[in-house]
Amino acid sequence: MTPVPYRVVSRRPETADTWTLELEPLDESIRPRAGQFDMLHAFGIGEVPISTSGDHEGDGPLTHTVRAVGAVTRALCALEPGAVVGVRGPFGTEWPLAEAVGGDLVVVAGGIGLAPLRPAIRHALGRRDDYGAVSVLVGARTPEDLLFVEELERWRARLDVEVDVTVDAAAVGWHGRVGLVTTLIPGAVFDPASAAALVCGPEVMMTFVVRSLVDRGMPLERIWISMERNMRCAVGHCGHCQLGPTLICRDGAVFPAAAMTRLMEVREL
Amino acid sequence: MAELRTADADTHVMGPDGLSTLVETLRREGYRVVGPTVRDGAIVLDEIESADELPHGWTAHSEAATYRVERRADDAVFGWAVGPHSWKQELFPSRVRLWRAAQPTGGPPAIDEESPPERPLALLGARSCDLHAIAIQDRVFLEGRYVERDYALRREGAFVVAVNCGEPGGTCFCTSMGTGPRAESGFDLALTELMDGGHRFLVEAGSDRGRLVLAALPIREATSDDREAALGITDAAAERMGRQLETAGLPELLAANLDHPRFAEVAERCLTCGNCTLVCPTCFCSSVDDVNDLADGSSERWRSWDSCFSTEHSYIHGGSVRRSPRARYRQWLTHKFGTWFDQFGTSGCVGCGRCITWCPVAIDVTEELAAIRATDGEVDRAHAG
Amino acid sequence: MRTLDELIAQAPVFAGLDADALTLIAGCAKNVGFEEQELLFRDGEPADTFYVVRRGRVALELHTPERGGLVIETIERDDVVGWSWLFEPYRWHFDARAATPVRAIAIDGACLRGKCEDDKELGYELMKRFGHVMIDRLQHARVRLLDVYGVGVG
Repeated sequence: MTPVPYRVVSRRPETADTWTLELEPLDESIRPRAGQFDMLHAFGIGEVPISTSGDHEGDGPLTHTVRAVGAVTRALCALEPGAVVGVRGPFGTEWPLAEAVGGDLVVVAGGIGLAPLRPAIRHALGRRDDYGAVSVLVGARTPEDLLFVEELERWRARLDVEVDVTVDAAAVGWHGRVGLVTTLIPGAVFDPASAAALVCGPEVMMTFVVRSLVDRGMPLERIWISMERNMRCAVGHCGHCQLGPTLICRDGAVFPAAAMTRLMEVREL
Repeated sequence: MAELRTADADTHVMGPDGLSTLVETLRREGYRVVGPTVRDGAIVLDEIESADELPHGWTAHSEAATYRVERRADDAVFGWAVGPHSWKQELFPSRVRLWRAAQPTGGPPAIDEESPPERPLALLGARSCDLHAIAIQDRVFLEGRYVERDYALRREGAFVVAVNCGEPGGTCFCTSMGTGPRAESGFDLALTELMDGGHRFLVEAGSDRGRLVLAALPIREATSDDREAALGITDAAAERMGRQLETAGLPELLAANLDHPRFAEVAERCLTCGNCTLVCPTCFCSSVDDVNDLADGSSERWRSWDSCFSTEHSYIHGGSVRRSPRARYRQWLTHKFGTWFDQFGTSGCVGCGRCITWCPVAIDVTEELAAIRATDGEVDRAHAG
Repeated sequence: MRTLDELIAQAPVFAGLDADALTLIAGCAKNVGFEEQELLFRDGEPADTFYVVRRGRVALELHTPERGGLVIETIERDDVVGWSWLFEPYRWHFDARAATPVRAIAIDGACLRGKCEDDKELGYELMKRFGHVMIDRLQHARVRLLDVYGVGVG
């Protein structure tokens, strides 16, 4: 499966090390849905899996939010409008937006984990009547590391969604919360019996969040998490993204937490 | 006694010189014939131009961490089991270019996928365990949602000449895995080498293509004695396996023993060299790397074998998930005998014993699995999560 | 208008205590309010009063010459600000500042300490409850030490 060419139409800085790229197809177009990922290819450098951070449906540009942490992601983040990248996709499972209809929705994001969740949040806010209470709980390292600040503010201004943000540390003058993202869960408004929770962030953060959600009475079957492993081929052939019985690229990356909690407890699995 | 699967009409006998005709016929048909040959003190697989290159009169002695070719008292060609190579080398080469992307000035890169091999493959001498290994890689590369193009191109049209095993090696355990020693399907032709009553081969066709080639061979119809003798060869081989493995409930056993102390014990010996994954006929992990031509801006994508024994294999930004040798050995063993079922619906092991033979410190999967089974439920408190 | 007893009973740290205990605690407590930016207490000062936040957000701050003021934790509704009043040398280890306008119950720690000395059963009960608050904050601080959102984790 070879990459199809896409042209960078815009590049927007989100934080000091994270950019959002908007891409337009040169021919064949790829339409990932909320929770799915694409392989972005910087020609001559390499390929990385990046979740869609754009709209769940519709014909907008292909949107990916990339954190520059390695050679390929640094190259992608440095691309100027007009540059061509290769894209393969879409791959993987989706956030269970249809299954969540009718109940409350709790979205818990940590760090860059807000990017894969943004399509789900936008979708829920676009079809607001489909869901009960909607809570967006966001954790970040510092206020400067928060993604999509303007969009968070727009969501926060709405009366029909609760947006709560906390950071690990902040300079004096920050009026928001400082503390672990799990501290947002006890106070969030949702009915544990009917709610669906979508969680994305570093694995250790998701472990703590899942525990807090279960402590609030949510069944594991109603919690979904997005797992990260070394996804290289995205088509289940290269073997790198194994986690026990699963191939994350093929069977995930979005999984019901019930399928993952036991595996996450085994060290170095 | 095993039941005859092939219709009697498809069963013939040819003399040892029939192998020459077979190689010639396949080459004439345009195949690149790959078969066993003795080189560098081992029976390896390589392209052969004539049957003379086959290991006439050679055998090999295999034990844990031990492999030695030896002269036989007779001229048997296939009087040995498996060597360090498997057919994976041909169908899933250790390093291949997947595509090239030229970079025209101002335009998007033009991706040019690698052309199919010029000549289709003929595998001469595949053992029953090898056929099962190929079937397992078929599941991984061809029967999922996505097809691995390079593998498909090599696999499609490959002509398979199987050889039924008469002399299992000291590390063989195909009977435990239900994968041999007699080839039941997945071949175009299958040979059984008979020495008693004159050196000859019982030849069975397993496909129409096989029947066409068979027609070109210097054959006579097999007698019931020939057929009985051939079955006797594999029946006797089944009784002489170098190793045994209890396979009942292995996936469940392993899933329940991820923190078994045996993993830390074996890790004391394991060098994480990855030999076992290289010689394993089913191991399929690979990585890709991109190569850049600074002069013209073109790039190439290459695929190479990778091994779960490397720390890079499980790298996610910030570090590797499986850092300890214990975790990497556990990944390999539990994948092969356990989670492979979850992922692909089959075992990942065919009982060929290569990983035992070629492990420099003689780690033996049958021994490790038996030890875990014997102390099912023990937990290594020092490492448990 | 709810009584102080009722407000105190609402705070998780005091939830489920019997009426006598609540009355006892209320005897050391009063309602207070802070303007945004107003200090509840300051690093190094004697720790004689602690707070249960009713409304608003309290920021716990540490100040360093190199990095200036850092907010290390914020405390919200129904949660406790301060436990140094329970342990010698009864001195605050950070600043507590109202990040927003704050309504809180202020409890005289010295007064409550005296009552705990007299009523060991109440003292043990409160010790367990504050122990819980402390262990929670300690666990959260430890997890944040991992810098899980940073690069090069692990």
